[in-house]
Order: sequence, then structure tokens, then C-alpha cells
Amino acid sequence: MTDTKLAHELLSDMVRVRRMEEKCAELYSAAKIRGFLHLYVGEEAVAAGSLRALADDDAVVATYREHAHALLRGIPMASIMAEMFGKQEGCSRGRGGSMHLFDASRRFYGGNAIVAGGLPLAVGIALADARLQQKRVTACYFGDGAVAEGAFHESLNMAALWNLPVLFCCENNLYAMGTALERAQSQTDLTVKAASYRVPTLAVDGMDVEACHTAAQQGVDHVRDTGGPFFIEFRTYRFRAHSMFDPELYRDKAEVEQWRERDPIRLFSEQCRHDGTLTDADLRDIENSADAEIEAAVAFAEAGTWEAAEDLERDVLTPVDRRAAVGEATPEPAR
Amino acid sequence: MKTTYRTAVHDAIRDALRDDPRVVLMGEDVGRYGGTYAASKGLLAEFGPERVRDTPLSELGFVGIGIGAALNGLRPIVEVMTVNFSLLALDQIVNTAAALRHMSGGQFSVPIVIRMATGAGRQLAAQHSHSLEPWYAHIPGIKVVAPATVEDAYGMLAPALADPDPVVIFEHVQLYNTSTDIDALTPTDISRAAVRRNGTDVTIIAYGGCLSKALDAADELSLAGIDCEVVDLRVLRPLDNDTILESVSKTHRAVVVDEAWRSGSLAAEITARVMEGAFYDLDAPVARVCSNEVPIPYAKHLEEAALPQTVKIVAAVKGLFGDRQ
Repeated sequence: MTDTKLAHELLSDMVRVRRMEEKCAELYSAAKIRGFLHLYVGEEAVAAGSLRALADDDAVVATYREHAHALLRGIPMASIMAEMFGKQEGCSRGRGGSMHLFDASRRFYGGNAIVAGGLPLAVGIALADARLQQKRVTACYFGDGAVAEGAFHESLNMAALWNLPVLFCCENNLYAMGTALERAQSQTDLTVKAASYRVPTLAVDGMDVEACHTAAQQGVDHVRDTGGPFFIEFRTYRFRAHSMFDPELYRDKAEVEQWRERDPIRLFSEQCRHDGTLTDADLRDIENSADAEIEAAVAFAEAGTWEAAEDLERDVLTPVDRRAAVGEATPEPAR
Repeated sequence: MKTTYRTAVHDAIRDALRDDPRVVLMGEDVGRYGGTYAASKGLLAEFGPERVRDTPLSELGFVGIGIGAALNGLRPIVEVMTVNFSLLALDQIVNTAAALRHMSGGQFSVPIVIRMATGAGRQLAAQHSHSLEPWYAHIPGIKVVAPATVEDAYGMLAPALADPDPVVIFEHVQLYNTSTDIDALTPTDISRAAVRRNGTDVTIIAYGGCLSKALDAADELSLAGIDCEVVDLRVLRPLDNDTILESVSKTHRAVVVDEAWRSGSLAAEITARVMEGAFYDLDAPVARVCSNEVPIPYAKHLEEAALPQTVKIVAAVKGLFGDRQ
């Protein structure tokens, strides 16, 4: 990669995610984080490469394996960590946890823990943008498991039928929890499914951050230029278990080891060293700064406070004094 | 001038589309076909396909799309053909629309309106006739309303659209052809139950398609010397406890009419609330008239036998008075 600044950014994004996720696993074992915890280790190139192709006012809809997406869209790590601790300083006030990170100010529409649940949502967000003549892209992340859900097919069909600006980002890590893709799908080339709805597609090596970035840029450009959808299959792999409860009985250790050979962080840092865009000192700086960020985030989460239980029922419905704020920033659509 | 319930629903949607450019109507056959119950006839011609959008038969998808559109600045009215079909969209309604505000720590409200037909009486059998309103009324994070009158068929839509949270509107299929003399339709509210008939001896609590049966029963009972008060719930969630308890505290007797099945029904919930809030005011146990616990059958006489009817309400009320008969 010739662009040194971009190379450093991509590498730094991946390292921040990797180290944060490893810290989360540790904090889970220490019982600081509870519930379900789905880590992104191994898949960092997908979020890092693709999210950097988005503009600030584009929208993101993600899954329950979304720490990386939240972080790389600019939600402070401290507020993500506080959320996982269940503290009210968290980005969802401790109401969501690991699977439900949200940030309205960054148009980050969550952490959705219903497989394929985010797809119709993303199409609807894009429908509103189209109707309100906002030239914005909605990036929708989902796994290979989502492709088996009806919501996937309904959403791709309507996005194509109505020409809506959605970038569908399929993070194919080959397993829907413990069910291998070939045990769940008659057609394992997922681009074929998207193409059957006349959505243009690309498949890309999800362990190659530069390739992910290029593909996403191409997808984003297409969506912005045509106002219509685009589908990218990122072929990637999850190095760790599905969640902290998963004993990984469904895959061979040898298979995991083989994929670890293609660790996206190692591949990219080696490539950058070879290209001369990265020195050992650069890498050390990136790692040190990630570690410092994590240390500060954990301290923030530790120092966070518990919401009073008397407030339990707040935010089920919109309070009367906040009602006027809903939709106030909406531009006037054409009649 | 006679106005039908169907016209009232139609005019409410038309006026909403006229008043607010953020409003869109979407659903199966809402456009060219004019709506399954003809409630959106002519709207496609007036507002165009961007605002009156025919969808594929993808309930889960288009309800979810409505939710996404609501999150991002539109005010969608999503029509689902019947409550039975809405089960295909239940995931998006319960797991997303109802939960989003809370699980995002109050960041995202979902100002969507979902309308659907409900109820039996047209010999449409077990997959088009059910009353699943109580399931929806179980869910925190949504509001559920059931307009039983022509006035409310018109009047509830505007406040539902103005509401920042999801509102589900149930229109009983038997009501579309009913009509009332009305000079002008105006917005009503979606917060209170309404006393549709004042009385002193017993409170009949009903909603939606059963309101007229309750009122008919009250007329008949007045001939027998029993003065019934009839409460129209109007809002199924959150329930208007005050109106219910105030009436029961006055009459000391209650019969709850619910076209849904008795087990786990709204009738069950209301009965429990009366017990909790007005137990010492009661002169008799609360009675219930619900549908028999069968999937609604096709044959006319069987369908009629399965549903709450005026005669069953009359009998239930009389049953509370024992020796006065």
C-alpha cells in the first residue's frame, strides 16, 4: 500500500479492535462483563476496511458482533466499555450491553441481536433518505447466517425493486453459530443470491484489509452514484468461539490454525513493512496507543455508576417533554 | 350525513397525507387495488407511488422497512392485511419497534403507525378471523388502540401519527360497513377509555367489534330493568384503569366482553385489575364473555356460536343479579 497515512489508519483500526476484544474476553472471565459476548477477533479487516469508506453522515446498522463497528464509527471506547459493564455512562445507558450498542449522533442504529433483523431496518432508513433526498448511504452488516432468514430475501428484493441506497455487507465467517455454511445453504456462493435480486455484487478476501477497503469504496461509490443497493460478501473467519459459552465442538482446531495463518493484522503489517510504509516503531506506537486507550476505557467503565433501579421503567415510551424532539431534524420532503 | 367507518379510515389517511409530507402509506395492495378493505381507494392517484407504496407480500420486510423509515424522519402508516398475517411481522414489531427506545438507552423513538384488520364474522375461517389484540397489548413499548366507532376510526389516526412511539391500530372487519350521522370528523385522543352509555347497575366493558353488541345488550337489559353502563376501552395498551375502576366502583358489577380467547386475554387482565383495584366495591364476581377456545370455523352457525353475541352478554349480565330475575 502506497498511502502511508491510510495504511497506518487501517492497521491502527484493526489493532484497536483486536486489543479491545481481547480485553473484553479477559473482563468476561473476571465477571466484569456478563451476558452474551461475541468477539470479532479474526474479522477485523472487514470492519476496518469497509467503515473507512463511509462518510460521516452515512448510517450503519450492525449485528450483535458489533463492537468493532461501533468503535470504528467513532463511539468512544470508554462508552462502549461502560456499556458492557452495564453502567449508565455506557452508550446505551447500560440498557443494551454488548449486543446493543447505539449512538444516534453518529447514526449508528445498533447492535441488533435478531439474525437478519437489521436488514429491513437498513432498507427503511435508506427509504427515508431517498424520500427526503439525502444522498446518504446506509451500510448494513450481517453474517452468513442471516442469508438463511426470510428477512434477507425480502430486504434485498425491496431494496432493488425500489432502488434504495443500501450497502449490504455480508460478513461470511463460514459459521452460523456452529452450523457451517455448506450444512445450511444449497448455494454457498452468497453473491449469487444477491445477484438473483438484481443487486450488483462483489466478493472479497475478508482477511485483506486493503481489498476490503477497495471493495467497500467501490460499493459506496455505486450506492451514492446510482442511489441503489450494492452487495459485498466479505469472506472472513472468526478465530474465537461464537460466544463465551461456545465449546467449539463443530470445527477442527486445525481449520482454525490454518485461518490464523491469514491473520489480517499480521498479513497487513507484514505487507506494509515490505512496502516500506510501516516501521517497527510505527507498529509499537499503534499498539501502545491502543493499549493506553483500552486502559483508559476500562478505568472509565470501572468508575461508572449504576442507574438507580427506580428509573427501571424510563425510556419504554418517549417522555412527554422529549416528544417534540422526535424527528425535529427532519428536512422537509417534496410533496 | 351518513359516514361509514371505511370512509372515516380513508379520510383519516388522506388528511394525514395532505397535512404532513413525511407521512407515507405502505402495505399490500394499498395502492392500485385501493386497499383490501377499500380504505385507501384513490390515494395512489392523489399522492403518487412514492407516498402510497404497494409492497410485495413480505410482512416482515415491509414492517421492518417502515420502522427504519420512521427512525430516519418519515411518519409511515403501514397496513398489514389482517392480524393473522401480522404474525409474520411480529419479530420486527416486538423485537425492534417496541424494544429499540429502551435498549438504546432512550436514543431512538420509533414513530410508526401499524394498522391491521382484526376479528371474525365474515366466514373467513381460522387464518383470517382471529383477535390477537391481547398479544399486542402484552408488549411494553407499543401503544395499542381499537377504534370501535366511526368517530374514532377517523379521529385516532392523527394522534397516533403524532405519537413518537409505535402505535398499532386494530380495525374490526365487521365495522367497515357501519355508519353514523356525523357533521365533521375531527381528531380524538388515544389515551382514554370512553363511557358510551351511562348506567347504574352494571358495567359492560368492551372494545372494537364487540362494542355494538354490548350496547345492544344494554338496550335489551334496560327492558328487563337493568341499567347498564358501557365502557369502550378504545386504548388496549396502556389500559385506562381510572375509567374502568371509576365505573365499576359506581355500578358494583362488571362484565368484560372480548372477542379474543378467554385464556390470557384482555378480559383476563381487566378482571384482574378490577379485583386489585375495586374488589371491595364488587357485589358479584366479574363475568367474562369471550370467544370459545377454537380456531374460528368457517360454517356460519359455528362461527356465530364461537363469538361473543348480544344474547351471551345479556345472559352474563343477568347472571350477576341472581334473585332480581
